[in-house]
Amino acid sequence: MNKNIILCGVGGQGTVLASRLISSAAMSRRIPVLSAETIGMAQRGGSVFSHLRMGEGLYSPMIARGEADLILGFEPGEAVRLLPFLKPDGQMIVSSRPVMPVTAALSETGYRAEEMIAFLQSCVSRLTVVDAEQALREVGSPKVLNLILLGAAVHSGALGLEAGDLKDAVRRLIPEKFHELNFRALDYCS
Amino acid sequence: MHAEFLMGNEAIALGALAAGVNLVCGYPGTPSTEVLETVAKRRGADIYVEWSVNEKVAMELAGGAAYAGARALVTMKQMGLNVASDPLMCLEYIGVKGGLVVLVADDPGPISSQTEQDTRTFAAFSKVPLLDPSSAEEAYVMIQEAFELSEKYRTPVFLRPTTRVSHGYASILVKDPEEYTVHRAEGFVKDSSRWVIFPRLSFGNHRKIEERNDQLRSVFSESVLNRIEPEECLLSGLRKGIATGGFSYTYVMEARAKQGALRVLKVSTPFPFPEELAVRFLSGLDEVLCVEELDPYIERELIYVCGKYGLQTKILGKLTGHMPRSGENSRDSVHSAVAAFMNLPLESAPELTPPPLPVRPPVLCAGCPHRASFYAVKQAMKGRKTVFCGDIGCYTLGNAMPLDMVDTCLCMGAGLGIAQSLNHLEKDRSCFAFVGDSTFFASALPGVVNAVYNQAEFTLIVLDNSTTAMTGHQPHPGTGRTMMGQVVEKVSIENVLKGIGVTCVETVDPLNHALAVETVRKTADLPGVKAIIFRSPCVALFRSEKRMTVNPDACIGCKKCIREIGCPALSFRDGKAVTDPAQCNGCSLCAQLCPAGAISGGDPHE
Repeated sequence: MNKNIILCGVGGQGTVLASRLISSAAMSRRIPVLSAETIGMAQRGGSVFSHLRMGEGLYSPMIARGEADLILGFEPGEAVRLLPFLKPDGQMIVSSRPVMPVTAALSETGYRAEEMIAFLQSCVSRLTVVDAEQALREVGSPKVLNLILLGAAVHSGALGLEAGDLKDAVRRLIPEKFHELNFRALDYCS
Repeated sequence: MHAEFLMGNEAIALGALAAGVNLVCGYPGTPSTEVLETVAKRRGADIYVEWSVNEKVAMELAGGAAYAGARALVTMKQMGLNVASDPLMCLEYIGVKGGLVVLVADDPGPISSQTEQDTRTFAAFSKVPLLDPSSAEEAYVMIQEAFELSEKYRTPVFLRPTTRVSHGYASILVKDPEEYTVHRAEGFVKDSSRWVIFPRLSFGNHRKIEERNDQLRSVFSESVLNRIEPEECLLSGLRKGIATGGFSYTYVMEARAKQGALRVLKVSTPFPFPEELAVRFLSGLDEVLCVEELDPYIERELIYVCGKYGLQTKILGKLTGHMPRSGENSRDSVHSAVAAFMNLPLESAPELTPPPLPVRPPVLCAGCPHRASFYAVKQAMKGRKTVFCGDIGCYTLGNAMPLDMVDTCLCMGAGLGIAQSLNHLEKDRSCFAFVGDSTFFASALPGVVNAVYNQAEFTLIVLDNSTTAMTGHQPHPGTGRTMMGQVVEKVSIENVLKGIGVTCVETVDPLNHALAVETVRKTADLPGVKAIIFRSPCVALFRSEKRMTVNPDACIGCKKCIREIGCPALSFRDGKAVTDPAQCNGCSLCAQLCPAGAISGGDPHE
């Protein structure tokens, strides 16, 4: 079955690695994968995305509006930004923790993540909000948000892959000393 | 053969290795950089690879290798081709013996470039044949084809991926190293009638080049690289068609899957244009929509073919306002354009009205020494009549608020010329040119020589973070490392400047704020050309374990730290400044400017 997945966030949050893990897991099941992502200047604190498409008969790695089965939002505002890509009955998993841009810190108003989450709740029926502050504290590292969100996705069945497939991908792509931490993060939302 | 999940640029590199490439060189530039990096990672022991000092030098190396019968690949982005155009234009007239592939990655959007120039148009201008892949898989095949073509027709050949091809990933089948072609260079054979360019040689070779390109028009019309889908459509009664190439082909095929029967011409060799194939495609069609990025290249070629062969087909595209003149295509923009062309209704998605979204322009990293350098110059020159000429690199981001320290930015090395010129016109203006260390070696040296000899007056600021940061940390002559893995003597920026005749050359750590400001103050007012080298390593390469912390009891909530330097690790919560430990690198610049002494931790810079 074909799947269109978008991962979005802010440069430095680990969207690329998460996308790579899904691709690797899918390939181990012999599912063809196409993907595309932001590289270059925007990585310095800008909005970043990965498009990932699995299945047969695909030409373009890019996903059209209203075509994503799943959006993994690493940041509330970025999830709202890419919401038009979600299918009407598509699923979204989003971290509640905002990343403040310098522009917001400079202005008096700032930007409020709660408004973004409330907006998503008003228009996405299949929405999972992950309390990232708590999750990162309980898993014990500020750096594994990507694996926590991936875990939430795989355990919900949204990826069409098994948690074991992703763990194998972690073993292939990540140094061994981080395996335990990453497995804990993957299973946090099981 | 085996399957690998590869970025387009990685696929190109593996294709070059499979074709038996002997020498690979280039200059980093998004979106081309990963080609050479992948070659360096996966090459056999007898393959030579280097990051050259700039694209012109790289092109000359590659040309030399091809003279000797070696297979050579030279890589750059589209802006780099401008730098390399002098040797390339001449190389086309001289010709090659070994295969020479010029990889130029174009950047529709533009996403990380100054221009939306189109290398297909450059190919027609330079008379160099060009292959235009639409996917990583095609790029893998095409680079091998490009080496064959280059050797067969004794000409350099362009391979032109665009950003989405270069940076897209796909699972593709690639050769095992045992299956690679082994290509051995014969060595340079002296023949001054062949390798020394003179007007008479150029005259003769020009004629041969035009004849060859006429021949290639026919060869490419029969090539499997170009095709009409479906071929049998004369029978199907279709009256409309789409002509496309490059990454836009994937958008067209996705739209076609949804919108049904359309005849598609895929042009993979825009130059020389497959003219006879185009005639076959056009015959029987009333209207053709051209879907392409950057120049209306295919569109112009088809209009030309219609004129030449007296065809009545209407050609629509950028020139007729049916497609946007600038920027990238997307799945959605092509879908809409094709629907309009087919007179089909477009389903509109429900309108959403989200709360205002945060703006996220790219910014200098937390702890980036460039921030400290810009801030020091800004403080030192406060209230003075100045101009700050910027350049190409991470430090272009010094233009962002609140630093606002880039008044001009044109192309690599241009800040030096602009700064000199402005002082010739306005003697009372204190002129500065900022240049990074890699850019210094790549394109600032003639500007320095020019300034010293022609009695210019300006301050050159070299932002030396010991790497080529923006493109992902490639070595350059100031780093002491090569892509062959050697540790070598660095070329000293100080010695180069002194050798040229710059008498005042100061080197200072920009993160020692007081000393940095003092150095700028005393240097800027000296006569003639003077230089300050701000030396501190890129934080993305040398991560400090130290973190700054704000003592909330001491913080007076004045926001000076936030207002002055715009560090992404600093924000304001409940009336106090706070630092984000996930981003902070402990550079201590904020602590040095805090009037309340409320920030501590980090590295001492004294």
